[in-house]
Amino acid sequence: MRCFVGIDLGSTTTKAVVIDEDERLLGRGITNSRSNYDVACAIARAEAFINARFALFEEALAEAGLEEDRRTSLAKNLLLSFRKRQHLVQHDALAQTMMGLLEDTRYDGLRSELSHVLSTIIEGMSADIPDLFAPGAKRKSDFFRDVASSSFMRRAEAVRSDEIGFDVLMGLFDKSIIQVENSELDISFESNIRPALEEVLETKSGELGAEASRIQEALDRVAAIDLECVNSVGTGYGRTKLPFRKEQIRSEILCHGLGAHWMFPDTRTVLDIGGQDTKAIQVDSQGIVTSFQMNDRCAAGCGRYLGYIADEMNLGLHELGPLAQKSKRQIKITSTCTVFAGAELRDRLTLGDKREDILAGLHRAMMLRAMSLLARSGGVDDEFTFTGGVAKNPASVDALRKLVRENYGERTLNISPDSIYTGAIGAALFANRDAARAEATPCGAEQ
Amino acid sequence: MNTTAKKDRSMEIQKAMLARHYKRLAEADKTGDKCAYTFVPGNLTELMHVFDLLPVLPEINALQSAMRKKSAAYISTAEKGGHSEDVCTYVKCDLGMSRSGNLGPTGDPLPKPSILLLSYTGCFTFMKWFEILQREYDCPIVMLHVPYQADGRPTPEMRQYIVKQLEKKVIPALEEASGKPFDIDKLSDLLRLSARAEEDFVQVLDSAKHRPSPIDAYFGGVYYISPIFTAFRGTESAIEYYEALREEVEERVRQGQGPITPEGELIEEKYRVVVEGPPNWTHFRDLWKMFYDEGAVVVASTYTKVGGLYDQGFRHDPSHPLESLADYCLGCYTNLNLPSRVDLISKYVKDFDADGFLINSVKSCNSFSAGQLLILKEVEKRTGRAGGFFESDLVDPRYFSAANIKNRLESYFQMIEQKRSAAQPAAGDAS
Repeated sequence: MRCFVGIDLGSTTTKAVVIDEDERLLGRGITNSRSNYDVACAIARAEAFINARFALFEEALAEAGLEEDRRTSLAKNLLLSFRKRQHLVQHDALAQTMMGLLEDTRYDGLRSELSHVLSTIIEGMSADIPDLFAPGAKRKSDFFRDVASSSFMRRAEAVRSDEIGFDVLMGLFDKSIIQVENSELDISFESNIRPALEEVLETKSGELGAEASRIQEALDRVAAIDLECVNSVGTGYGRTKLPFRKEQIRSEILCHGLGAHWMFPDTRTVLDIGGQDTKAIQVDSQGIVTSFQMNDRCAAGCGRYLGYIADEMNLGLHELGPLAQKSKRQIKITSTCTVFAGAELRDRLTLGDKREDILAGLHRAMMLRAMSLLARSGGVDDEFTFTGGVAKNPASVDALRKLVRENYGERTLNISPDSIYTGAIGAALFANRDAARAEATPCGAEQ
Repeated sequence: MNTTAKKDRSMEIQKAMLARHYKRLAEADKTGDKCAYTFVPGNLTELMHVFDLLPVLPEINALQSAMRKKSAAYISTAEKGGHSEDVCTYVKCDLGMSRSGNLGPTGDPLPKPSILLLSYTGCFTFMKWFEILQREYDCPIVMLHVPYQADGRPTPEMRQYIVKQLEKKVIPALEEASGKPFDIDKLSDLLRLSARAEEDFVQVLDSAKHRPSPIDAYFGGVYYISPIFTAFRGTESAIEYYEALREEVEERVRQGQGPITPEGELIEEKYRVVVEGPPNWTHFRDLWKMFYDEGAVVVASTYTKVGGLYDQGFRHDPSHPLESLADYCLGCYTNLNLPSRVDLISKYVKDFDADGFLINSVKSCNSFSAGQLLILKEVEKRTGRAGGFFESDLVDPRYFSAANIKNRLESYFQMIEQKRSAAQPAAGDAS
């Protein structure tokens, strides 16, 4: 099967998608960006291919005659089991790395005690794993770093002593997690799917019975599909770090424009708010960019603005929007500077204002900046598509919808559940179209 | 066969002209030469030459300081003296320089002015700048007020108003400062020389209409405007320079050659753009590289018109010397209103068959930057070509964000490329 890959190296996360020749989205992969973009890129791409195989597997199950709810639950359990196996591979690598670091001379004198404490923590982390991947379990993040660090911290808190302080333990963890993240471990579909399926079929054998062999066959068929990457295109902030030729690199403006057009073909205006920049883009009926504006000099009002505010309020990023939506009396907050907004926020809190009212003001302030860029780029045309990580925040969407109505009248506002992948989708579409123009570089033959 | 030698010739001439000029300035205290400080837009260079006053241009000193990476320290000196972060960075750079030994571009000290000749053409900051310099140097100052072209064209009354100021105020002040009498015939002779250089200069600018363009009319252009915008209008050496330059450029056209960049000749002209706004001087080469690395050539720019719109037909006229100086001042780009600027940029996009236009919006310069978003929209609407926008500063390195500007420019050029690709069917579409 001929495939095309798009990779978006953002400031916060790295996204990859795989599409086929008919521009059908097969798979998505996301990982947190880190100093090493090469690894982030490799992981996101591998994840996208894994995701594509899972999607194909569900299709194969349908062809094998499984009922929809049955195959949905099977695919879901299989994914959980697969993720658990991936997690175990990384967990083992982390444990090994941490223990290995104890050889450093700085731990002379502490080594045996530290080794004992660390082993206890690692055992505890191992014990946490089954629950983390149990059906219905909630994880705050799917990134190994986040899941492992939360488990490590909890376990470390319980066993630390005067002799072995929390900071020593966290130091070991921080050093090790970077090494693990920057090493390419075997967490591939090929190596992990069969044991994962065995686990699912064993636990559910009574339920599935005779279907087991059909399922096994479906998986064999999917595993045998040659997902041939014909061409790939990279975009995003880290794009120059990609081991791609210049022709295989596109600006995120073009990718977001084309990606948004692919999601909603009637799109004429695109607003993308990412971690460090806001883009207002106008596209024509083919998704071709006709004009664009980006924030200059200052990134107040971008995703990181919300991240900073979340830290200031000791809240999770995903909690900000829902809390702001509870506001009854919105307060005006500056949007000129992230740090000043933080100061204003503390000031307001001491004055007794409610958190939700302040947050509502912050969301509006953020969107006011976006409105200014939209105005610069040529206004808001129908249909209007909002993309990027901030599009997931409901209070931001509310504020934007209101401001657009006030300034431009009624507009259809599109937000795709795949909105975070918009840039990567656009890049993959370019990869396909370039290949049609015979400008392809097969994956692996890059540089 | 000897284009390199020819290229070197114009550059060598210019280099020698500048060296001579700065040497005279450095030795002025010994030789008794007097100098006048003045501005580029609406400069009255020929008139100063009549009185043997050597021109010193603080704007040029500021941009030279930036190119020599000295502006950050100068600006900081001015800020320590109480000038706000929002003050024009040309001003702060110049003040910082004057308080740090007043060393010019060659490293030699510049003489104090015998007079400040404030020709006011569209920039309010000029007035404040020279008020400060007047206190700094405790010297006479004379102002020429040039009316703004609010209605888009100069009127006979405006011209008369300027001529009257020249006769009643400016010339007597220059006579007093220099101790020399005014000689209108000498002025006419100098203006005759100016017009000859102007003719060749215009041919150089016009050469960019060729494909490929033999010149870059913005990054290369700032070198080409240097003599005619500064101390050398009305001199024989300016004539020699522009003749040499014109010959070189015409040879490049015959050879079908692109512009010279700091990394050699640009082989493939992929994009032709018009640029509005002054260059950034602290990262001049970096910004240029962002253009030529993408195969982008600037075929026309407005910045190269701040010292006069010669390409639109103006020539100094020896038969009406004072009126001609008045017309010159009225017609500088900085004195044009927004609709005239929109007209001019749109005309450039069409005349030079540009793929689009870019605006470098400069933080320091209100007179340039105010209204640029309106210009962007209006020119896009009129020409149907893509406009792009980025922001930097004149000489304050703190305001140059290379990653952002590069990102913006790459996106812009790719947008043009995408539009072109969309205009042609893909090779695989037939199958």
